[in-house]
Amino acid sequence: MAEVLVYVDHVDGAVRKPTLELLTLARRIGEPVAVHLGAGADTAAPVLAEHGAVKVLTADAPEFTEYLVAPKVDALQAAYEAVSPAAVLLPSSVEGKEIAARLAVRIGSGIITDAVDLEAGDEGPVATQSVFAASFTTKSRVSKGTPVITVKPNSAAPEAAPAAGTVEQLAVTVADSSKGTKIVSRTPRESTGRPELTEAAIVVSGGRGVNGAENFPLIEALADSLGAAVGASRAAVDAGWYPHTNQVGQTGKSVSPQLYIAAGISGAIQHRAGMQTSKTIVAINKDAEAPIFDLVDYGVVGDLFDVVPALTEEVKSRKG
Amino acid sequence: MSLRIVVCVKYVPDATGDRHFAEDLTVDRDDVDGLLSELDEYAVEQALQIKEAADDAEITVLTVGPEDASDALRKALSMGADKGVHVEDDDLHGTDALGTSLVLAKAIEKTGYDLVVCGMASTDGSMGVLPALLAERLNVPQVTQLSAVSVENGVVKGRRDGDTASEQLEASLPAVVSVTDQSGEARYPSFKGIMAAKKKPVETLDLEDLEIEADEVGLEGAWTKVEDAAERPARTAGTVVKDEGEGGKQLAEYLAGQKFI
Ligand SMILES: Cc1cc2nc3c(=O)[nH]c(=O)nc-3n(C[C@H](O)[C@H](O)[C@H](O)COP(=O)(O)OP(=O)(O)OC[C@H]3O[C@@H](n4cnc5c(N)ncnc54)[C@H](O)[C@@H]3O)c2cc1C
Ligand SMILES: Cc1cc2nc3c(=O)[nH]c(=O)nc-3n(C[C@H](O)[C@H](O)[C@H](O)COP(=O)(O)OP(=O)(O)OC[C@H]3O[C@@H](n4cnc5c(N)ncnc54)[C@H](O)[C@@H]3O)c2cc1C
Repeated sequence: MAEVLVYVDHVDGAVRKPTLELLTLARRIGEPVAVHLGAGADTAAPVLAEHGAVKVLTADAPEFTEYLVAPKVDALQAAYEAVSPAAVLLPSSVEGKEIAARLAVRIGSGIITDAVDLEAGDEGPVATQSVFAASFTTKSRVSKGTPVITVKPNSAAPEAAPAAGTVEQLAVTVADSSKGTKIVSRTPRESTGRPELTEAAIVVSGGRGVNGAENFPLIEALADSLGAAVGASRAAVDAGWYPHTNQVGQTGKSVSPQLYIAAGISGAIQHRAGMQTSKTIVAINKDAEAPIFDLVDYGVVGDLFDVVPALTEEVKSRKG
Repeated sequence: MSLRIVVCVKYVPDATGDRHFAEDLTVDRDDVDGLLSELDEYAVEQALQIKEAADDAEITVLTVGPEDASDALRKALSMGADKGVHVEDDDLHGTDALGTSLVLAKAIEKTGYDLVVCGMASTDGSMGVLPALLAERLNVPQVTQLSAVSVENGVVKGRRDGDTASEQLEASLPAVVSVTDQSGEARYPSFKGIMAAKKKPVETLDLEDLEIEADEVGLEGAWTKVEDAAERPARTAGTVVKDEGEGGKQLAEYLAGQKFI
């Protein structure tokens, strides 16, 4: 069976959920070969094998952390040359998309970004995309070269499918031309202990209606009662009430959870672009005419300062 | 020596309009008004600020698109860019990302550049890959997704705010940069700027000028093929209740019914 390269997104060997989803999708079109760059391959390999990787190609080099993106493209290209895969899959993160783009140019292949589903087709893998703020669903394929496809988080449920996961060292030479953009310093973000926004099963977001940073704990309390991630509209972020990394929408994160709760958010097209594919949508807004209500499965017209705390209490007591 | 800045700007269908696909599964551009992609205003703004901080700099705005795309150039020129380049050719209809990057790269090389500035993503395709594709094709550093950027003594510096860390980046020119909507509000064109833009030069290039064969771009030459585009079925109207003291409880009831609690 044809091999499919899967680029592994991880933090020091802790494999992130979207990669497990990629392995699951990869098995629909061939045998997954995982590419692990950087530290922690020993930790990652068993997890990758558990989810279907027949092989794990690994490489570590200081250049991966000293320079932006390009050295990782060199490595992925080396893996591509070693394997001659039927497709290359990457997560649709900022970095994943940039690596995919540069690899596509190098190997003369087309690229599809932000796929939300993937299936085998007569002429190669067919990707489903959700476009124009999720108002259209398209099906596309790469018609020249080896398909390079990036997939959004939450596009498939990760399935266990134990495979050999043979670890092999990948020989990588980082080209001088790949050392153009130096990472001079890096300030890690503090973890909030909450689930990752793009991966969370439930997201609770607050907007301008929250009316101040001092009120965001209200949103956080509801999120914590549900084990959810916290999101925010751009209005709330621009006002400095919540960090930009939590922004949901066109220029923020795109989320596709089982449940999305919007509190004090009107539902502008750019916000919808980032959450419209959520399975169940709930809104709390005091304006019955707010466009967000066009999207909801369940909506409450009311003051969030009354509804949100009452809901949080109710959730807590039901969970006991 | 003068700093030559090229800003890539895209002409897109208005996101607040009713966007559609045409019969050949390309974007229907007749149905909805087009405009300069709002995220490219941030690119123009940062280019203007870089120019203002430099001794001597010149800003060229570049677009690849149909005749109307000149509107996007005019908007950028009215904000303060110096001149425009418009690549327009009937054979470009249906060009995908690989093709667009090929055309942009050739046009940038022909124009001459020290710094290329792009938006973080277009508001239609919103792939966010063009800057990386360009850096690869031009074989220069990519300094992308920046929330702050500056140029000094032939070095571009920027801050990239990622999910897990905020990084400080640095590269020597020539380079390709892309900036996010966190980089700073874009200025409004003044009346004077709008009047001045009418007199600024715009050069029009076609595929022949760029020595690109027609079959390398367009629908036929595309590396990707859209096989189907379907409008998402409208969501069935949900339940909306008015809070009369029980709103929180009712919502909890609903969530429990859906097994979220
Ligand atoms: C290029 C571009 C990119 C953008 N990207 C994004 C993006 O990624 N994400 C994003 O969110 N936006 C984005 N925007 C901005 C977007 O257009 C809207 O301005 C933004 O989403 C509005 O945020 P909001 O709904 O919180 O605020 P508003 O639109 O002001 O809505 C606030 C809502 O809260 C309700 N409210 C007020 N008080 C209460 C209360 N006490 N109880 C209950 N309800 C209350 C109001 O009725 C209102 O409906 C972008 C815009 C542009 C031009
Ligand atoms: C809904 C939709 C989905 C698409 N999906 C794909 C896909 O999966 N694969 C694919 O190959 N193509 C795809 N395309 C085509 C693609 O959008 C165009 O080829 C486009 O010009 C390049 O991608 P982008 O607009 O997404 O650019 P982005 O990478 O999002 O744009 C980043 C920046 O590049 C610059 N830029 C982009 N286009 C131009 C231009 N024409 N002129 C000047 N500057 C420009 C701007 O500075 C912009 O801010 C899609 C188009 C649409 C409308």
